[in-house]
Amino acid sequence: MSPTDLAVQEKQATAHRQRVVNDFSIQVATVNGSGSQTANMVLLRSILLMGVPVSGKNMFPSNIAGLPTWYTIRASKRHYIARKKEVDFLVAMNPETAKEDVLTLEPGSAVVYDEPLKLNALRNDLVFYPVPFDKLVAPVCPDAKLRRLVKNMIYPGVLAKILGLDMKLMEQALGKQLGKKAKAVVLNAGALKAGWDYAEATFTKQDPFFIEPMNETAGKILIEGNAAAAIGCMMAGVTVVAWYPITPSSSLCESLISYMKKYRVDKTTGKATFAIVQAEDEIASLGMVIGASWAGARSMTATAGPGISLMTEFTGLAYYAEAPAVIFNVQRVGPSTGLPTRTAQGDLLMTAFLSHGDTKHIMLIPSSVEEAYTMAMQAFDLAEHFQTPVFVMMDLDLGMNNWMSDAFTYPTGPINRGKLLTEAKLKELGSWGRYTDVDGDGIPYRTIPGDHMPAYFARGSGHNAKGQYSERPDDYVENMDRLNRKFETARTHVPRPVVQTNPKAKIGFIAFGTSHFATEESRDQLREETKVETSYYRLRAYPFTDDLVKFVDAHEHVYVIEQNRDAQMRQLMKLELSPERQTKLRSVLHYNGLPIDARSITDDVLAQEGFEVAKKTSRVQGAGMTGGE
Amino acid sequence: MATPVKVNRIGLEPQTYKGSKTTLCAGCGHNAISERIIDAFYEMGVDPRQVIKLSGIGCSSKSPAYFLGGSHGFNAVHGRMPSVGTGAMLANKKLIAIGISGDGDTGAIGIGQFVHLMRRNLPIVYIIEDNGCYGLTKGQFSPTADLGSKLKTGVVNDLPPIDTCALAIELGATFVARSFSGDKKQLLSLLKAALAHRGTVMLDVISPCVTFNDHEGSTKSYAYVKDHDNPLEEVSFVPYFEDIAVDYEPGSTQEVTMHDGSKLYLKKIEEGYDATDKINALRRLQETARRGEFATGIIYIEPDRDDFLTQLNLVDEPLATLPLDRVRPGKEALDEIMEGLR
Repeated sequence: MSPTDLAVQEKQATAHRQRVVNDFSIQVATVNGSGSQTANMVLLRSILLMGVPVSGKNMFPSNIAGLPTWYTIRASKRHYIARKKEVDFLVAMNPETAKEDVLTLEPGSAVVYDEPLKLNALRNDLVFYPVPFDKLVAPVCPDAKLRRLVKNMIYPGVLAKILGLDMKLMEQALGKQLGKKAKAVVLNAGALKAGWDYAEATFTKQDPFFIEPMNETAGKILIEGNAAAAIGCMMAGVTVVAWYPITPSSSLCESLISYMKKYRVDKTTGKATFAIVQAEDEIASLGMVIGASWAGARSMTATAGPGISLMTEFTGLAYYAEAPAVIFNVQRVGPSTGLPTRTAQGDLLMTAFLSHGDTKHIMLIPSSVEEAYTMAMQAFDLAEHFQTPVFVMMDLDLGMNNWMSDAFTYPTGPINRGKLLTEAKLKELGSWGRYTDVDGDGIPYRTIPGDHMPAYFARGSGHNAKGQYSERPDDYVENMDRLNRKFETARTHVPRPVVQTNPKAKIGFIAFGTSHFATEESRDQLREETKVETSYYRLRAYPFTDDLVKFVDAHEHVYVIEQNRDAQMRQLMKLELSPERQTKLRSVLHYNGLPIDARSITDDVLAQEGFEVAKKTSRVQGAGMTGGE
Repeated sequence: MATPVKVNRIGLEPQTYKGSKTTLCAGCGHNAISERIIDAFYEMGVDPRQVIKLSGIGCSSKSPAYFLGGSHGFNAVHGRMPSVGTGAMLANKKLIAIGISGDGDTGAIGIGQFVHLMRRNLPIVYIIEDNGCYGLTKGQFSPTADLGSKLKTGVVNDLPPIDTCALAIELGATFVARSFSGDKKQLLSLLKAALAHRGTVMLDVISPCVTFNDHEGSTKSYAYVKDHDNPLEEVSFVPYFEDIAVDYEPGSTQEVTMHDGSKLYLKKIEEGYDATDKINALRRLQETARRGEFATGIIYIEPDRDDFLTQLNLVDEPLATLPLDRVRPGKEALDEIMEGLR
C-alpha cells in the first residue's frame, strides 16, 4: 500500500461508522466478456450459502465483449431483493468507467480497485483498497492467454477477506458455478486464494461492511426468471415451441431446450415428446404456435417488444379464429430497438389490444421467479380454456437476473385442455357449430384435425356461429359480442391480486411484476421513516378482477407504480373506472432502464403527498455507456 | 336394384372429396386445379379426416373451401401459411398437409416464409396457383409476372419474374414441379405423385386469371401458356397399391421409386433430362425461360431425403394428443433441478 493510501485512511478513521452487517450493496464494474459473470455468481452464491438473503442484478451492454458492465449484489437481512439505489461497496475493474463510478459514491463507501488506476487520488471521503491484479494473477495462472479471465476471480477473494465471507463456502460456490471443468476450478480457486492472501497480508479493515452468518436461506434456490418460466412450460406439458432469438427472452427458450432434452426424451425409444423450432422470425414463430395449437398441441413462443410488434397480425388471427397461444413477452426498453439490455414494463398497452380491429387479450404478470414458474403453467390452461392468446408479461429484470426463491412446488392435479368436442358431447348437443356459445360463457367447443370429429375451416375473415364465411352484419355483431363475453368470463379465471389492506391507510399502492419488491420495501420506508401507512394491491393479471374498484374506493389516493413513461397500467384502469375513481389514481413512474428501487418510490410518493423530501444528490450508478457505435 | 355406388380403395365415394360451391370466376384456372385435387385424393384413397388444408390470402387461398369439405382447413394471414402449416405438422405428424398459395401470396409478401419452408423439407404439398397477377384486388402485377407482360390497362411489367421452381430447387425442396391448370392428365399425375412423397412438394401451376390476365400481350393467358408449354417428360404415376407393370424401352424413361413404394415413370421428351440432377434442372429452367417457354412436369425430385419431422426425432404418436404422464416429468425431475440451483 502506498503512503498516500494510509493518509487517506487515517482521515476516514475519524469518520468511523457503526458496523453495517448484512445490509449493503456491492457493485462490480467490469468489461463485458471478461469472465466477471462467474466471479459475481460465486460472490452471490457464497453470500446465500452463508444464510444471508441476497439478490444480484446485471447491468450489461448490448454487446458481446469490451464494453462496460456493472453487477450489483445486495445482501439484505430484511429480505429486500429489489435494486438498492445507493452503492456501498465498489469493485472498480474497468478503467473506462472507474473515475465516474468513484465520483458518484456516497461518502463512507468502500472501493476495491485495480492499483494502476490510482483512484485514491480522486476523493478523501472513501475507503480505498488498491489491488495489483496483474501482479497477483501471473503466479496462479501460468498460461498468459487465460489470465484475462482468471484475473477476475481475484476480487471475490479480496472481498471475502474484507467482508468476512467463508472461503470454504466460496470454494463450494465456485465448484457449483464451474461444474465439471476441473482445470478451470483449480485455476480459479488459486485466484480466489491469491486475492484472500493479498488482502490478509496488506489491508486493515477500514470500512463498516460485514457479512455474518444467518439462517435465512435454508433450502433457497437462485434462478433466473427465464429458467423458472421454462421449467413451468415443461411441467405444463408444452409440446411445440417456436422461437426467434431476441434479448432478453432468448434464455427462456434456451433453458427450455436443455431441460426438455434432459427430461422429455422418451426413455424407451430415445425420441422427443416435443418439437422446438428456431423459426426465421417472430412472425413465423407465432404462425407455428397457432398452427400447432389449432392442431391440438400445447404450444408457445417467447420474445420481447420488437417481436411482439411483429406478431401483431397473427395475434389478431389467433384471437378471431380462436386458437390458443402462450406468448412470453420478456419486456425490454422500447420503442424500436430501444435499450435491448435494460428493463421496462412498457408493452402493456400494446399487448392488451394487440391487432387491428377490436381485440383484448389476457395478460399474466408474474412478480417473482416462483410466479414465472406457476404462471407459465396457468397460461397454458387459460389459453386452451379460452382458446385465445395469453401473454405472460415478464421483464428483463425478472427474466435475466438471478433471484433467490423458495424451491418450486410440483404441480398437482390435471391440466385444463379446454372444451374439446367429444362423441358424447356431440350426442348431447345434437349439432355442433365451431363458434356457437352453448354454455353462455362465450367459449365454444372445438375440434382438432385428426380427431375424426366434425371438421371446420378456421379463418381470419368474417364467420358465423357455424364457422362458415359470412359478411352478414348480425353474424359479425353476434360473434364479436360473444368474444367480448368470453373476455368477461376470463375476469373470474385469471390469477387474483394479492391484497394487503391496512385500515389506517389513506394511501393505496398498486404495483405489478418486478416493481413488487421495491414497492414492499418502500412501504416499510414510509412506515418507519415518516409514519405513512399504505395498503397494497399487487396486480397479477389483465383483465382486472372485480376487487379493483373496492380497493380504489377504500383509499384517498391510489398510486399505480409502474416502469414506463406513459402510466400504461393506470390508463388501462381508467378505461374501466368511473370518472370519480379515476381522479384518485396517481402515478409513480420509473423508466430509466434500471430496475425500480424503493427509495425512488418513497421519495416520489412523499413529494406528491406534500412532504418535504431531501433532495438526494446520489446519481444513478451503472448508468451505461454512450457513443462507441 | 340400386346401381352400385363407385367407391375408392378405402370405400369412400367421390362426393366425399368435394367441398362447397366455388365463388371464383367462371373459367378460373383455380377451379380446374380444385377438381384435380379432388380426383387425386379420391384416387389415392386418402382419408379426408387426416388431411389439413392450408392457405394464405387471395383468390387461390379461398379455394381450399371448394375441395375436401370433410377436412379441417385454416385460411391463415397473407403470405404466412407456411408457418401455420409447419406448426400443425409439428403437432401431428400423422396429418397430410396441402397448402394452396398464389403467386403474390408466395412471391411477394410470403417469400420469406416460402424460403424457409423449402429449406426445412416439411412434409406438405405446396401449390402455387400462379396467374401472374393479384386477382382479388383487380389485376395488379405479381412477382411472377414475366418481363414485358402487359396488363389490361396497357402497363408493361419491366421487372424480372421470380421463378418459384428454380428458387425451390435452390433452397432444398425435394419435389419441384410445374404444370398448367389446363393440362388435366399431367396435373393429376403430379398431384398423385405428390401425395406419395414424404417431404416438401412445390408445385407451381400456371392458372390463368380469366378476368384480369387473359388478354393479348399477357404471358399468363390460356392461349399463351398453351403455346409455350414445354413438357420435360410424360409423367406416369403408379401408386404402391396398384399392381401395374409398366414396360418401357431402356433409356427412354426415368423410373423413380417414391417414399411409400409408389413408382413414377418419367418418359423423356427432352433428350437426356434427369429429374434427380439438381444442376441440370436449374439449367433447364433457365433455358426454357430464355425461350419464353414454361418447362412443365417433374423438374427436380429427391425421393429419399429425411423430412423435417424425421430430423426432429419425434415420438411416433402425434405430439398433440400425448397423455399428461408423457409430457410432465415426475417430481424427481423437479427435485433434481431444484437441488442444482441451491
